Amino acid sequence: MTDGFEDAVRLLDPSGRLDEKAAEALDLKEDDLLELFRLMLMTRRADLESTALQRQGELAVYPPLIGQEAAQVGSAYALEPGDFAFPSYRELGAALVKGVDLVDYLHFYRGTWHGGTYDPLETRFGMVAVPIASQILHAVGYAYGSKLDGSRDVSMAYFGDGATSQGDFHEGCNFAAVFGAPVVFFCQNNQWAISVPVSKQTVAPIYRKAEAYGFPGIRVDGNDVLATYLVTRQAVQRARTEQVPTLIEAVTYRLGPHSTADDAGRYQPKEQVEQWRELDPLDRYRKFLTERGLLTEEVKKGFDEDANKLAAHIRSGIVGAPPPDPGDLFEWVFSEKTKRLEAQEKELLEEAGDQ
Amino acid sequence: MSEVTMAQALNEALRNSLRDDESVLVLGEDIGKLGGVFRITENLQEEFGPTRVFDTPLAESGIMGFSLGLALRGYRPVAEIQFDGFIYPSFNQVVSHVAKHRFRSRGRAPVPLVVRVPFAGGIGAAEHHSESPEAYFAHTAGLKVVVPATPLDAFDLLTQAIRDPDPVFFFEPKSRYWSKEDSELGADSLAMGNARVVKQGDACTLIAYGAMVPRCLETATAASEDGVEVEVIDLRSLVPFDLETCAKSVEKTGRAVVVHEAPLTAGFGAEVAASLAESAFLHLEAPILRVTGYDIPYPPAKVEEHYVPSVDRILGAIDRVLSF
Repeated sequence: MTDGFEDAVRLLDPSGRLDEKAAEALDLKEDDLLELFRLMLMTRRADLESTALQRQGELAVYPPLIGQEAAQVGSAYALEPGDFAFPSYRELGAALVKGVDLVDYLHFYRGTWHGGTYDPLETRFGMVAVPIASQILHAVGYAYGSKLDGSRDVSMAYFGDGATSQGDFHEGCNFAAVFGAPVVFFCQNNQWAISVPVSKQTVAPIYRKAEAYGFPGIRVDGNDVLATYLVTRQAVQRARTEQVPTLIEAVTYRLGPHSTADDAGRYQPKEQVEQWRELDPLDRYRKFLTERGLLTEEVKKGFDEDANKLAAHIRSGIVGAPPPDPGDLFEWVFSEKTKRLEAQEKELLEEAGDQ
Repeated sequence: MSEVTMAQALNEALRNSLRDDESVLVLGEDIGKLGGVFRITENLQEEFGPTRVFDTPLAESGIMGFSLGLALRGYRPVAEIQFDGFIYPSFNQVVSHVAKHRFRSRGRAPVPLVVRVPFAGGIGAAEHHSESPEAYFAHTAGLKVVVPATPLDAFDLLTQAIRDPDPVFFFEPKSRYWSKEDSELGADSLAMGNARVVKQGDACTLIAYGAMVPRCLETATAASEDGVEVEVIDLRSLVPFDLETCAKSVEKTGRAVVVHEAPLTAGFGAEVAASLAESAFLHLEAPILRVTGYDIPYPPAKVEEHYVPSVDRILGAIDRVLSF
């Protein structure tokens, strides 16, 4: 087994064989099992499409998530519509599951608008947060607000292995424990923070850090969508009903570069990448579903069509999309424009008008 | 009409806000049972309970990011940062998120919250307890920056800040916490964002905020004894900056001196002076001068009187602009 899976919860082994006993806790119907695959397939397709769009100059930059589809889809699928996910910047898969229009999401990467063009409150999917680990605290504050409301809403914070080095990760975990905030900390340990391997971020296993804060920490095979779903579902329920946070470390691998501006060949050992390609989350799950007779040719065809439609939707929404109106730049700095901003807006619009 | 200190006025503004708006939460370090190290939140936890008035773990970035999350959920957090010099760990949250949230979400997810910061020197405190970091925040688009100078104004401005739809950084001049004013709270409220002419004069305009406002008034009294009537403006708000009130005064006096405790270089006085030079150049009879802290770390308590602008230093600047 590839290093890093010690103590990890796993339901499907890399050949797609299910641990029937461990799977008894799963509350998924056949439709759900297929939907998880459809979402993973669409995520991969949207991710590849986004990388292609960047190569064509239609996106300014894009951070591929290839290899992390099971971690994102499995975890986000465990959320209820009212639950709020706070992403970092590699969570296109989680965005898809939360119902965010990926064109609106990708406008962040096109450079149309910081934070994309979707409504974070309506979709309950936060804006892309680039400063590492900063979004973790927002998830905790939001979760505590939900608790004060007497609501059942849970927050989920997405972050990577590198984020666990930041103070905001520590402060977020600690605040959550002290205030009993209904939040799930979902760490995708994809082994790399740009070029730095996880061994240089931390000596202790990430999931075990939870012990120091006083709540459960669980390691899961993040390339196993069923295991990821199960442990997240349990963590979400624990947050919802007991106001106990959980730290989940989903062990996975970033098969692509950090971003389209990166050259992973300079630091990722080829053998390591090959080893992880063998653990491709889609292949594993496809084998399982096929074995079970669920993934019939007809179903597969329908899913491929859905993925094609999504890719076409992304392409048509992004290619040649107009930039925002320059006047928008002054619109939402404050609730009302200050006199100073009015004067600056006038200056910009006059200059823009002259061009 | 009764005598009230700035500390009491702030306490009362928090009390009223907690009473009038159920979404208001007061949080920070030692603000619960203790009532804050300056007692600004005294008795509030007792009155409103530990759910609405609560201590946080000792972590300023945590306080800031956690408050943002609460605001996103519809609460109106009023966070206390215990001292000016402790705000820096939260800077990433402030600049990258609090200030930009409305902008980034195209107005859909604003995060109105108030951050109260006891600031500036003059109380003989230890290192990190006397700093004036307001310019960092005034330089950051999306934040309002407010500084009261009197008990009455502290009450009005904090009340307005808590109702404001934007994030407000509220700098409280701690050396004025115990200053008293005979006044009825809320009786003569001026909207946040407006400066106030606190003394009329025609020889020169002194522009200040926070604890430097009474210092300028003291200076004005001394100048008056020499037959020089200076005008004193209390800025009250750095962002938005009320240039009109300042320019109108300078058009009358032809001279301006800006006074603050923060260091000279890239301090808010530079903004005031440049703006006045742009808008009132033809009315100026002399260069605009700044009397500020020096470009040195805030000094040890035993020598801080050499750093904080004194009446003599301000009088010296008035002399220079009058004799130019």
